[in-house]
Amino acid sequence: MPPAAAGTSSSDISGSPDPLRASRSRVVLDDHDMGRALTRIAHEVLERNRGSDGLVLLGIPTRGVPLARRIAERIGSIESHPVPVGSLDVTMYRDDLRLHPARTLEHTDVPPEGVDDKTVVLVDDVLFSGRTVRSALDALHDLGRPRAVRLAVLVDRGHRELPVRADFVGKNLPTSLLEQVHVEVAEVDGRDAVRIEGPVEPAAAAPAVPAADQQGEGSR
Amino acid sequence: MKRHLLSAGDLSRDDAVRVLDTAVELLALSDRPIKKLPTLRGRTVVNLFFEDSTRTRISFEAAAKRLSADVITFSAKGSSVSKGESLKDTALTLQAMGADAVIVRHQSSGAPHRLASAGWIDGSVINAGDGTHEHPTQALLDAFTLRRHLAGDTGDLEGRRVTIVGDVLHSRVARSNALLLSTLGAEVTLVAPPTLLPVGVGSWPVEYTYALDPALAKADAVMMLRVQRERGGGGGFFPSSREYSRRYGMDARRMSLLPDHALVLHPGPMNRGVEISAEVADSARSVIVEQVTNGVAVRMAVLYLLLSGEGTTR
Repeated sequence: MPPAAAGTSSSDISGSPDPLRASRSRVVLDDHDMGRALTRIAHEVLERNRGSDGLVLLGIPTRGVPLARRIAERIGSIESHPVPVGSLDVTMYRDDLRLHPARTLEHTDVPPEGVDDKTVVLVDDVLFSGRTVRSALDALHDLGRPRAVRLAVLVDRGHRELPVRADFVGKNLPTSLLEQVHVEVAEVDGRDAVRIEGPVEPAAAAPAVPAADQQGEGSR
Repeated sequence: MKRHLLSAGDLSRDDAVRVLDTAVELLALSDRPIKKLPTLRGRTVVNLFFEDSTRTRISFEAAAKRLSADVITFSAKGSSVSKGESLKDTALTLQAMGADAVIVRHQSSGAPHRLASAGWIDGSVINAGDGTHEHPTQALLDAFTLRRHLAGDTGDLEGRRVTIVGDVLHSRVARSNALLLSTLGAEVTLVAPPTLLPVGVGSWPVEYTYALDPALAKADAVMMLRVQRERGGGGGFFPSSREYSRRYGMDARRMSLLPDHALVLHPGPMNRGVEISAEVADSARSVIVEQVTNGVAVRMAVLYLLLSGEGTTR
């Protein structure tokens, strides 16, 4: 029982972060889990499409794009020929442009095959309100007329505000509106992980809505 | 970004780069089957042109329409301005119509500034050329064109040398370009006869000289300015068009003095045979037609950045 122990613990308390801002963050999917989920999605896409004929994968920036590339790589190695993959920026089609300062545009890169008569799989990291997907459907409509459009997401966190559902889901993650879901991908963030961040005492808070409204879809 | 775009000098380097980067993405739209975005649906953009213009007016009109805004074009000819209506009363009329943006070209320097600061209208004011003062969107599209050719789409103009030649005195394009290009880090040299350099040019962030040939060998781009006869350019400022052309015109011989990668720009409309020979204007180095295409993308970027998210500032 060294007398220094009491001193150490008290200094720990004073050195802890601001308790009002403290949040608990836990990793729900690590890099292995993410890898397995993407592999499963790749198989499900192929199964649903009965092969890779006419498939085009379009990722929604920012993090949907690397996820789409990885799914395309997996499909390519299963089918032993590459599938077209690109990106689709939805910024100019959002319904909240007047509410936020102007957003920086991301890159739209449609594979040379185009989207006409193709089965387009939209890929995003988090499915939340469904508004990004609605914007993506509008953006896609201006690029051509796909035979079918499917939606693949790494995480479905619920709380839909529009009648949208995903065809392929990496993980269903029931969340509170007070929580934030962060998807990290190695290409952008340096590592692969899905984290949930929320208030310290989730049960104590009222089921409030307004705070979560500000977060926007994805809550990156 | 600020609410208005009145002067190229108001743009910080970050603002300017943001406009240029946004325009890169918007330029891709011209290759798509549907060249239209729903972004400014339900917004009203007024083209308020007190002075003649072809490319700036149709360029802004195309930009606003591609963003789905409603466009009202107002030209002084055939309007109540020819009956003596003042700028203020015209502005109040536009305000009553609910204009979200007013794109103004005026023969008087400072008219857009007056429109923006007098409290007559709530919308954003975009200067599309005022007198001999500024023409910021022209400078942005010139910078965009230079960047595309000299620095890749999203590169940097730092240290690039741009020579601006001709009637600097009457040129709002020269002033806006001098300000914007130096903000972006380029080195600007003005070349003009002493009579066509403005008083106080020494305080601009540029170098200036009276002789064209020595300035050509190190230029990455040469921007030829129009001799502005309607503003008195040519009348008393130099002896004759032929002499001007011989000393300050871009012809095949001068083009051969330029480095191989150097571009020739002209804001248009050109006086072929005066400041630029037909041979140069139609050569592979000339990016004059491309400047027009780029102008639409750059003006779309300006409208998008000024008008979206305005709910947050009002």
